[in-house]
Amino acid sequence: MPRVVDNIQIGPLTWKMRVEVPRLVAKAKAGQFVIIRVNEQGERVPMSIAGLDGEQGLLTVIYQVVGKTSALMTTVENGGEISDCVGPLGLASHVENWGTACVVGGGIGIAPVYPIAQAYKEAGNKVISIIGARSKDILFYQKEHGEVADELYVCTDDGSEGHHGFVSDVLVKLLKDGAPIKMIMAIGPVPMMRVVAKVTKEFEVPTWVSLNPLMVDGTGMCGGCRVTVGGETKFACVDGPDFDGHLVDFDVLTSRLNAYKDQERKAMKKLLEDPNCRLTKAVREFTYPGENKA
Amino acid sequence: MIEKIEKKERMKIKRAEMPAQKPEDRVRNFNEVPFGLTAEQAITEAARCLECKKAPCIDGCPVEVDIPGFINLILEKDFAGAARKIKQTNSLPAVCGRVCPQEEQCEIKCVLAKKFKPVAIGHLERFVADYERENNLVQIPAVAAPTGKKVAIVGSGPAGLTVAGDLIKLGHDVTVFEALHKPGGVLVYGIPEFRLPKNIVQAECDVLKDTGVKFENSTVIGKMETIDELFEMGFDAIFIGTGAGLPNFMGIPGEQLIGIYSANEYLTRSNLMRAFDENDYDTPIIRGKNVAVLGGGNTAMDAVRTSKRLGADHSYIVYRRSEAEMPARAEEIHHAMEEGIEFHMLTTPIKFIGDDQGRVVQMECLNMELGPPDDSGRRRPVPIEGSNFIMDVDLVVVAIGNSSNPLIQSTTPGLETNRWGNITVNPDTMQTSRPGVYAGGDIVTGGATVILAAGAGKKAARAIHTYLSNGAPK
Repeated sequence: MPRVVDNIQIGPLTWKMRVEVPRLVAKAKAGQFVIIRVNEQGERVPMSIAGLDGEQGLLTVIYQVVGKTSALMTTVENGGEISDCVGPLGLASHVENWGTACVVGGGIGIAPVYPIAQAYKEAGNKVISIIGARSKDILFYQKEHGEVADELYVCTDDGSEGHHGFVSDVLVKLLKDGAPIKMIMAIGPVPMMRVVAKVTKEFEVPTWVSLNPLMVDGTGMCGGCRVTVGGETKFACVDGPDFDGHLVDFDVLTSRLNAYKDQERKAMKKLLEDPNCRLTKAVREFTYPGENKA
Repeated sequence: MIEKIEKKERMKIKRAEMPAQKPEDRVRNFNEVPFGLTAEQAITEAARCLECKKAPCIDGCPVEVDIPGFINLILEKDFAGAARKIKQTNSLPAVCGRVCPQEEQCEIKCVLAKKFKPVAIGHLERFVADYERENNLVQIPAVAAPTGKKVAIVGSGPAGLTVAGDLIKLGHDVTVFEALHKPGGVLVYGIPEFRLPKNIVQAECDVLKDTGVKFENSTVIGKMETIDELFEMGFDAIFIGTGAGLPNFMGIPGEQLIGIYSANEYLTRSNLMRAFDENDYDTPIIRGKNVAVLGGGNTAMDAVRTSKRLGADHSYIVYRRSEAEMPARAEEIHHAMEEGIEFHMLTTPIKFIGDDQGRVVQMECLNMELGPPDDSGRRRPVPIEGSNFIMDVDLVVVAIGNSSNPLIQSTTPGLETNRWGNITVNPDTMQTSRPGVYAGGDIVTGGATVILAAGAGKKAARAIHTYLSNGAPK
């Protein structure tokens, strides 16, 4: 079973886990993903690659508590183990030297655009990073992005750090001001990717988005991760996860992500009521948007 | 012990009926449907065998089991010996005794079948394999002296496990790579618990492990290492048994609605991830009240019977041809009918209709009629214009087959495939266009059966052994 080197809280509901999987790391490239199973009874959950340390054979994933499996992940101790970590899965992000390339990361999407920014940089691009979150305490990786990017823009919805507003606002301003961006990679919540794709279409700048549909096997066998791109059905696990943002049907994606909403909430509620589970206070007080904690 | 009786007398014995859970009970649980023969039943059934010298039944078996040989040992009450006799050529008797279509393989060739019912070879195979396992009489097979040759097997389904079982006994160093977290392939993710209990698959894999086969689960060859890298790692020969691939969908409007699964996904959630056991396992599954399964094969039967057990009020098979053309085993169709599955024959959906949450609620269908035969030799279904009607459904499972998974083919230069993307092989040796690389099972044939995959594995193992014995490049 893969060893978890460390599993550190980096935000109120955000954790960073490093897993020792040298064979996987040796093969993995920016833009690919892995599937993790926390324990024997657990689900298989796809996770974006948030960092690769080839020397030590370490894979970094950054995850936010959104339900039972991610809550259970927080309980894995430093030096502990998880049942499985399989990958690298999916296709690597397309990388070439376009001149100037931009990565846009929203919320938890700040993590996977970091290795992509690194890859863009290594290919010789001037890299612009735009990262944003709801507020300052949820932001992370400012330093990492700062080290890679030639220009870094930070924004928060509430103005608690950096630009007051959305990542798309910053991007629009840059494009309006004539920034010579030839390629954009946007990863984040679906509404953010939708808006970014919408605005970049007006400026006719190629824009890739990394899609995160529900999956089971991650190798093309189940078809659960099917997405509609340019009117065609694609499997995110083998055809993606990166797709042309101007062609993605975000409505279908949003709808399919909600397939198990009720079961997920029920499972989380049961976990939160379990006094034996070693959850931090913040996780134990977790509520879904629009839901009041009794 | 039953004395050897005259052939005429033997023919008078009625074929054993396998005791099974009653339909009304079994639709509420995931336990195995048939209980298996009793020892007494097995001995009586064994007495029916005419011990034909030419043994046509063996010709019908893709893995050449010595059928009269093992049946004779049952008569002598040496049940474990009978199991071992089977295992000389078939590594997976407990599996094959359950899921092989004996009625079109060994049993159809049985001389008794001409005038009476054939010997229940499948039931007997299952009986002796279960007897051996349940009484802890399973022996680790003898292994030849190490040859120093290393074989990589990609995929741990029936083909891969057969190759592993045969080659380990011949003294080769065998490693099985499996993409999922448990070995067994379709035996674990595809075939439901009520048809093939997972502890049986596990037991078969454990025997291989104890014999020396190494298993590396959660390892996706083509992503982690390529075929060429396996050679670089020191493997002398490679067998590809990666199975069926990407699920086919209907390609009709509304197919992205929530509540429309491929059979692969539906069955994997229930079988591998054990979503049917919602108290102990975390993977969710949609439990429909009105479930339509599209297709007429064994996979469709597995899915529709699963849906009933997951609480459906109505579970339908929706199939575009008639019952006569259904590819599923007669026994599976029979079991499904007993369980109250409703069959809509000569029907095809043309559109799925969703609610405001994006969940499927209805399916628009057309009635079909049979026209002249098509390429497959079956009569082609033709839509009847204006016959449109609506079915209320809250879960649809698409079980219309798979196309090949490209993970290995796309990362292995020089590996030839046919126009469907299946790997092409020499049918006698299962060798691919790449020296030292063999393939078998669904990745070669497209969707077929467990035993055909095992048979392909058997052929490949023989050829790999010859290849390695004749001095494969080290």
